[in-house]
Amino acid sequence: MAMIEIRDVNKWFGRFHVLVDCTSAVDKGEVVVVCGPSGSGKSTLIKCVNGLEPFQKGEIHVNGISVGTAGTDLPKLRSHVGMVFQHFELFPHMTVIENLTIAQEKVLGRGRDAARDKGLSLLDRVGLTEFADKHPGQLSGGQQQRVAIARALAMDPICMLFDEPTSALDPEMIGEVLAVMQDLARDGMTMMVVTHEMGFARNVAHRVIFMDQGRILEDATKEEFFGTPRSERAQTFLSKILSH
Amino acid sequence: MGYNWHWGIYFDKIKGGEETYLSWLITGFGWTVAISLCSWIIALVLGGLIGTVRTTPRRWAVRLGDAWVELFRNIPLLVQFFLWFFVVPELLPEKLSLWVKQEMPAKEFITATVCLGLFTSARIAEQVRAGILSLPRGQRLAGLAMGFTLPQTYRYVLLPMACRIILPPLTSEFMNVFKNSSVAFAIGVLELTFQARQMQEDSEQGIETYLAVTVLYFICAFVANRMMVWIENRTRVPGYITAAK
Repeated sequence: MAMIEIRDVNKWFGRFHVLVDCTSAVDKGEVVVVCGPSGSGKSTLIKCVNGLEPFQKGEIHVNGISVGTAGTDLPKLRSHVGMVFQHFELFPHMTVIENLTIAQEKVLGRGRDAARDKGLSLLDRVGLTEFADKHPGQLSGGQQQRVAIARALAMDPICMLFDEPTSALDPEMIGEVLAVMQDLARDGMTMMVVTHEMGFARNVAHRVIFMDQGRILEDATKEEFFGTPRSERAQTFLSKILSH
Repeated sequence: MGYNWHWGIYFDKIKGGEETYLSWLITGFGWTVAISLCSWIIALVLGGLIGTVRTTPRRWAVRLGDAWVELFRNIPLLVQFFLWFFVVPELLPEKLSLWVKQEMPAKEFITATVCLGLFTSARIAEQVRAGILSLPRGQRLAGLAMGFTLPQTYRYVLLPMACRIILPPLTSEFMNVFKNSSVAFAIGVLELTFQARQMQEDSEQGIETYLAVTVLYFICAFVANRMMVWIENRTRVPGYITAAK
């Protein structure tokens, strides 16, 4: 069964049709990259997956649970769907370790010590143990994004959503974040990644989804996508993005 | 200038009484502080609540909050004092109305505190709302994405930062409460301004009287300001934009 299943999803902002008949699926352990020009709806689509954005038509199931249905316990669903944002969105008034423990304690009900141990081991995993008691504002962008990934992992997510995780970073910091993501993928994490990093897509992704004007134009294996993308729009996009 | 300076006036006895003018001023000062602090608490609780509600996705609650703010900030404070004192009791059910008018203890004090508290709550609600809306939208999303409920997102993510952001305007609001409490003399609260007028008429030493009152109000507002600055420093977030100090 697919971990994330998206079926005929349509969304309007007022009269603007942002998502048009989007259908796709992400299997357990699969890494899917979503790309496309800005304004194509890819960020909106990924935010629909954990119900941060409502949609008006269609269905999304995560691990068999329907996201768009009225009675769904969305906080519970979200607590095991990790999400990483373009602008990190760490909680600035908390220290790094508090960022990692707060939801473990308040949402999952873990004890203080257990949460802290978990947090510290994840900080170790992203190589930031010595920053545990710093505040996010004292970290570089790349470091903040690695903390944000660790924060999401602290909840033992069944899958991870990345919304342009490297777009707000200085070029020299992109590598450190991609390395952490690559590690995650190698460990078998189910990942849906909105990104322009085609190198990451080539190396790590299993499949690539290409979107334009709210539609999914391509949904292909990485080999097919980089080999012979079928839509003309995807070809132009690729030629633009790969030429430099 | 044919004015008779008399700096010892504060220690003189009032006409036909045993108290000194100083004791009048001290009583007034006490009432001023009492009204100000009590209405400040009302204003913080209500203003925080209403300001927060105005940023939630609940449409009807937002409208209600908006109406509250518009109501209290579009009527002059002096008129509000009169409304609460003369009009509101008449609108109550008969028995309650009678009780309020004839038996309610500390009627002037309670009326003044409620009035100033609600007036200030509207202003605080506006600041709290602005503070929350000034946070990046992603903060709310990040809170929700962690599995927090909406109230938890407010409690742990949005309000702690919003409160820090609005501390400077909140400081001047806290100082305003002390200054605005002077209007309560109009409904007969024996606060500082009321006592000052009384002392001036009784002693005919207007300059000394109002200088003393000026100093006392200044002390209130100044202490209020220092307290808030202290809180501001204590809650400063390391590395956050304004932390360069």
